[in-house]
Amino acid sequence: MSTNVNAIRDLAERDYKWGFISDVEEERVPKGLNEETIRLISAKKQEPEFMLEWRLKAHRHWASLEKSQAEPKWANIKYGPIDYQNIAYYSAPKQKPGLKSLDELDPEILRTYEKLGIPLAEQKMLAGVAVDAVFDSVSVATTFKEKLAERGVIFCSFSEAVQKHPELVRKYLGSVVPYTDNFFAALNAAVFTDGSFVYVPKGVRCPMELSTYFRINAAETGQFERTLIVADEGASVSYLEGCTAPIRDENQLHAAVVELVALDNAQIKYSTVQNWYPGDKQGRGGIYNFVTKRGKCQGVSSKISWTQVETGSAITWKYPSCILQGDNSVGEFYSVALTNNYQQADTGTKMIHLGKNTSSTIVSKGISAGHGQNTYRGMVKIMKGAQGARNYTQCDSLLIGDKCGAHTFPYIEVKNSTARMEHEASTSKIGEDQLFYLQQRGLKTEDAVSMIVNGFCKQVFRELPMEFAVEAQKLLSVSLEGSVG
Amino acid sequence: MSLLEIKNLHVTVGGHEILKGIDLKVNAGEVHSIMGPNGSGKSTLAQVLARREAYKVTDGEVLFKGKDLLAMKPEEAACEGVFMAFQYPVEIPGISNAYFLRSALNAIRKYRGGDEMDAMDFLPMFREKLKLLEMDEKLMNRSVNEGFSGGEKKRNEILQMAILQPKLAILDETDSGLDIDALRIVAKGVNAMRSPDRAMVVVTHYQRLLSYIIPDFVHVLLDGRIVRSGGPELALELEEKGYVGTENEARQSAPTSA
Repeated sequence: MSTNVNAIRDLAERDYKWGFISDVEEERVPKGLNEETIRLISAKKQEPEFMLEWRLKAHRHWASLEKSQAEPKWANIKYGPIDYQNIAYYSAPKQKPGLKSLDELDPEILRTYEKLGIPLAEQKMLAGVAVDAVFDSVSVATTFKEKLAERGVIFCSFSEAVQKHPELVRKYLGSVVPYTDNFFAALNAAVFTDGSFVYVPKGVRCPMELSTYFRINAAETGQFERTLIVADEGASVSYLEGCTAPIRDENQLHAAVVELVALDNAQIKYSTVQNWYPGDKQGRGGIYNFVTKRGKCQGVSSKISWTQVETGSAITWKYPSCILQGDNSVGEFYSVALTNNYQQADTGTKMIHLGKNTSSTIVSKGISAGHGQNTYRGMVKIMKGAQGARNYTQCDSLLIGDKCGAHTFPYIEVKNSTARMEHEASTSKIGEDQLFYLQQRGLKTEDAVSMIVNGFCKQVFRELPMEFAVEAQKLLSVSLEGSVG
Repeated sequence: MSLLEIKNLHVTVGGHEILKGIDLKVNAGEVHSIMGPNGSGKSTLAQVLARREAYKVTDGEVLFKGKDLLAMKPEEAACEGVFMAFQYPVEIPGISNAYFLRSALNAIRKYRGGDEMDAMDFLPMFREKLKLLEMDEKLMNRSVNEGFSGGEKKRNEILQMAILQPKLAILDETDSGLDIDALRIVAKGVNAMRSPDRAMVVVTHYQRLLSYIIPDFVHVLLDGRIVRSGGPELALELEEKGYVGTENEARQSAPTSA
């Protein structure tokens, strides 16, 4: 048995492959956060007055929170104090303003995305995925824009949306995650520098997968992006998000906000593969990932589906949620969260049922290895008016080794007696007998471990778009390297 | 050279000596049966040959194709051609039987320097073997052993053996928990695999299985030692007299050991 343990440990010594640093000239604002910083960011982005106003209000709210309680303390995570004055809130690759085509993009950035396997050049885009790439604080390229525009789909950087579609931004910004929502949402609202914006008009099925690739490159910066997706009546869209960052000794803060709005009969599918730098084997460095993601099923029979594969970050704090406001609306949350070495994850979802006959499904798969701590935190709330609401929750934990932890905090609040709730939970360990069985059939230990883990995650992976599912499986295998059996 | 040569094998589990000096030669083309009561060390022998690490070899050696089997990891032994049909096959949720078997087959082919087999070539072969074992095609896409009945699990073991085509097949109490129909099907699958370049070691309590899979040699294992060896008729004698009777006879007839 101990040889197996050692083999798994050895196998786990693989390194983070996306940890390179790109040598790109950058422009950044001085470290620190005050009203001046915000005015500077807003001015750099030539924002309309309403944006600056909103940012300033958010900053005042954040500052008051910081004085009183700072970050929320309820999560099952431990970390040292974050010095918000020692972070640069804006870093952008220096480039000529107003890029007309990808040819004008800094070749070093293009190379970075190539290394990451994100082909930006449109001629390479055989897979039919439109990509928006966010490098540090700004969005550097959006592919397939014209093809999407033919159908009336708007897919652009947030900055561009503020300039070209201010009425849409004004209408929906903060409508699902107001700046008062929580500490990190307030911080994001004050300083967010870019992100993606999607609007799918009435009755349009978005003809291709939309995708954003986030990359933190610069040192001592934070990344604060904001994504807003609106699917109008009868529209549907599938959106993918991927993230990586270089290896650095210090912890870097990532505080993003994602808002989704689905009107009558609209559908939004949002998939994430999060692979921010997780820190080294001793737990040094890594991204602090404090993210607020929420969707509102505003219209009748609308549907929002979250799928996430979280393998990166030193700390993950995120709860992609659904507000099921429209009658017959549907919310889904499928999650795989893996913590290895000293990673900590506190993740889950909230399903708030307001409308009649609303239904939600939660499938959470937590994998802990090494000294990793993995927490599922979920809330299902059935409000008074939610006649006939249904929820199914399944929450499974897999432990690899005996120094890791799995924790589950499900909250259920029911105010309507017609609700039907199901909750299933399990905790298991990768068994020596399972490993031996696969090895006896010729599979190497590392392949055996990854097969068992992939089998465990199957229910979630099958919700991902095909190419992403393959990617996620590979990522999981790599992230497990160095885990203790 | 024998395919498998076990010399003076001593094995302890959790501090207890279970095998106390086993000597056995198995040539290609032969079927050997190891019989013995509970706790005699039969399964331990099977597990050691399959390279399960919880079992500690304290003395002796095992050569497989002239190579030191005890120096091999389980997956190396498997790739060299050692296969064990498990007494308690393990469930792997979320992984389909077909995917699992193709991965295993390809791992072995790769180890031997061959090409991987793609799904187009694999599936017809898989279907043919399913037919041999009278298994439902639906089992291809079901998770490995998950929700299988006891009989289906055992048949699935033989199916794997039929696909992986080992040089040495070890059947660890494959007959336990099988009804007579399943036993007949399993035996048919095993017999179809008898060949001049393959050896089998059939570990069992009962003579029952050996009416269907006729061994060339039968060995009686008692308290960690092979106390008697003979032809298939020995199995019948055991059935009649029981292990204890055989033991007494063995004691009377055994030469004085050093």
